[in-house]
Amino acid sequence: MKQEDKTLIQDICARFNRDRTRMMDVLIEAQRALGYLSSDVIDAIAEALAIARVEVESAASFYAFFSQKPRGKFVIRLCNDIIDKLKGVDRVASALREQLGIDFGQTTDDDLFSLEWTSCIGMCDQAPAALINDKIVTRLSSDSIREIVRSLKEHGDFSKLKLALGSGNNSHPLVRSVVDNNLLQRGAVIFAPSEPSQALGKALAMSPTEVIRSIKTSRLRGRGGAGFPTGMKWEFARNATGDARYVLCNADEGEPGTFKDRVILTEAADLMFEGMTIAGYAIGSEQGILYLRGEYAYLRAFLEDVLAQRRSKGLLGDNVGGKAGFNFDIRIQLGAGAYICGEETALISSCEGLRGDPKTRPPFPAQKGYLDMPSIVNNVETFCCVTRILDKGAGWFAAIGTTGSAGTKLFSVSGDCERPGVYELAFGVTLAELLKIVGAEDAIAVQVGGASGRMVNPSEYGKKLCFDELATGGSIMVFGPGRDVIKVARAFMEFFCEESCGYCTPCRVGNRLLKQGLERFIRGMAEPSDIEYLEQLGKTVKTMSRCGLGQTSANPVLSTLQSFRSEYERRVVKNTSGLQPSFDIVKALRDSETIVKRKSVHVGH
Amino acid sequence: MSTKPKVATTSLAGCFGCHMSLLDIDDRILKLIELVDFNKSPINDIKKFTDRCLVGIIEGGCSNEENVHVLQDFRKHCDVIIALGDCATMGGLPAMRNHVPLKECLEEAYLKGPTVYNPGGKVPGDAELPLILDKVYPCQEVVKVDLFLPGCPPPADTIWQALVALLNNKPLELPYELIKYD
Ligand SMILES: Cc1cc2nc3c(=O)[nH]c(=O)nc-3n(C[C@H](O)[C@H](O)[C@H](O)COP(=O)(O)O)c2cc1C
Ligand code: SF4
Ligand code: SF4
Ligand code: FES
Repeated sequence: MKQEDKTLIQDICARFNRDRTRMMDVLIEAQRALGYLSSDVIDAIAEALAIARVEVESAASFYAFFSQKPRGKFVIRLCNDIIDKLKGVDRVASALREQLGIDFGQTTDDDLFSLEWTSCIGMCDQAPAALINDKIVTRLSSDSIREIVRSLKEHGDFSKLKLALGSGNNSHPLVRSVVDNNLLQRGAVIFAPSEPSQALGKALAMSPTEVIRSIKTSRLRGRGGAGFPTGMKWEFARNATGDARYVLCNADEGEPGTFKDRVILTEAADLMFEGMTIAGYAIGSEQGILYLRGEYAYLRAFLEDVLAQRRSKGLLGDNVGGKAGFNFDIRIQLGAGAYICGEETALISSCEGLRGDPKTRPPFPAQKGYLDMPSIVNNVETFCCVTRILDKGAGWFAAIGTTGSAGTKLFSVSGDCERPGVYELAFGVTLAELLKIVGAEDAIAVQVGGASGRMVNPSEYGKKLCFDELATGGSIMVFGPGRDVIKVARAFMEFFCEESCGYCTPCRVGNRLLKQGLERFIRGMAEPSDIEYLEQLGKTVKTMSRCGLGQTSANPVLSTLQSFRSEYERRVVKNTSGLQPSFDIVKALRDSETIVKRKSVHVGH
Repeated sequence: MSTKPKVATTSLAGCFGCHMSLLDIDDRILKLIELVDFNKSPINDIKKFTDRCLVGIIEGGCSNEENVHVLQDFRKHCDVIIALGDCATMGGLPAMRNHVPLKECLEEAYLKGPTVYNPGGKVPGDAELPLILDKVYPCQEVVKVDLFLPGCPPPADTIWQALVALLNNKPLELPYELIKYD
């Protein structure tokens, strides 16, 4: 390794105080500077941080966006989740393969381009979409991607591409992105006009316990999916013993079909940061972390700027908002392409510079979280609600929505509908009403709650969207006439196979078996007992897995078995021979026949 | 002719360890032959099925084309197929090659390995030899399997209790010790 590269690594590590818990930042910076994380780079980092090589490598090998092999100057990561599939990503992929002469997972000989697949990047309302390094391109067609590649070959500069900038702050000088907000309906809470800093002022005039009581009275429940009562979580953290406490904001937004946090980050970042600050005051914390998914790195400079402005206004730093003794600041922790890091304990692992493996619970983060200290993890939208509750009052908030689900909810709607985008509606709106608003009344199936949610058939469209009926962290994916729900379920299982952290067997192996099981139905090779097999296997994965990913990953299978059982039943064929139709001996012998240069004397010839 | 139920056994891509475990039921083997007749099996060296069997016990997965034929033949002749041991249920040790392309495996074994002496420089391909499959398949990927007895090998008591339960048409209840493998 060149001495100058070694010095560079040492400088990067020094910038993060040679703190091994800042491993994510070190790896991100090292990769940015040197292109990839070679074995030498990993050694140099281990040396500079005075830790074992394996600790560096275990983190470096975990995250999809880190590479231990050389890659092209431009890494094109095309989303291959279900919505992009519906919107013709295959044609975009073919155009790329053809133009670059490589397949996905490969790099061109001139080291200019690498092609990779990636899971949902939160651009479902403008799919097909891709990341080119950390920039986003959307609404791709085979023509538009050809033009992009051609231009990049010509001048090698992403910023010179002639792309129309997106709406709102997407055109901000620090963002300059093609992404569109598609914010199609503003509601009373998140996207209503509001006076900045009013809420923080009111909170600081109260005692921390009064703030928590107010959140409890508002009946606010977490917007990240699980719907845990926010006030209760904060109270646990406040009452837990520890030398420090931490406020973590979950902006990992990896659930396929969810992209509402992106619009908050773009248009209402102050509202979120204000909520985090109020949380810091309430639980007695001095440090907040915004965990920003790697896919949203294009928003980082903008968000850093928002934080800087808040510091200069005295809204972060020492004596926040003039409150003597209340010191609070926020740093941004960038992720690197791992859905599992949205799970709160995995998110904490990642912030601590480890692989994004979930931790064993209990203890829960409120007792023992980031750096083993009491911590709260809340969703972006949850913190925005907090700000509005402190501003307008707990009673005002509780009066919106339903009894069990107070307030409004942001729904990110994508798929086969006329107007995909973000809608803020009061909890309790029925799915049918939402489908009407978005122009999707002919939907044959709707996936509510993302890949880990459930597939709903038309007989249930009258149900309410809220925690007690149809729960969702925001994702609503619509499937129109002619779509095959079993193929959709298979796409979700592919997602889970890709994103399972691999720690426990039911999830690591079970999801693969579920996917293979669905394939038998799709290929017309399933028999009646396969329905029962999928049901049993699904239940095993659900009950035996260690974290929320595996505990929900069988839902696409289990919920389609429930709501679309006839789709399965009509495909089964009775098998009287006892032979597995999926076993293809001709294919299984092909390699052998080539190697020994003779045909099988038994089979197929 | 005997009216006792018939049992057949075979070892595919296995190490015969599962068969050894079957013999490990000790003197109960005498009881077993009172209960059943053995048809095709390495235990009595009967090479071909002579009759329909109640139970076919399979050790090992499928690594070559002959394994596939034998397994399919078992499926045709047996009412109940038992996959015995980890190789039969999951591929087991032989399936470790599944991570390596077949070409590389054969080259390492016959051409490039440090201890290889092969002046002909060819991978054996005689027509007498069954062709190797692209990977090792667990039994249930090739035929439908009715029962699985995990373990490497499953303990003799597990096999015994499973057979007795099956022959008496009783539900199989195995104590935890007999199915715990760590
Ligand atoms: C696999 C998995 C992925 C998750 N991804 C996210 C996410 O991207 N954003 C989020 O806010 N919550 C996510 N969650 C839920 C978090 O674990 C946690 O419950 C949530 O951040 C708590 O915040 P809330 O109470 O404000 O909803 C995920 C959970 C699991 C199991
Ligand atoms: S359930 Fe899946 S994601 Fe969760 S710990 Fe187990 S393997 Fe990892
Ligand atoms: S399961 Fe174990 S004992 Fe049985 S054949 Fe395989 S390796 Fe041998
Ligand atoms: S961006 Fe592709 S599915 Fe969300």
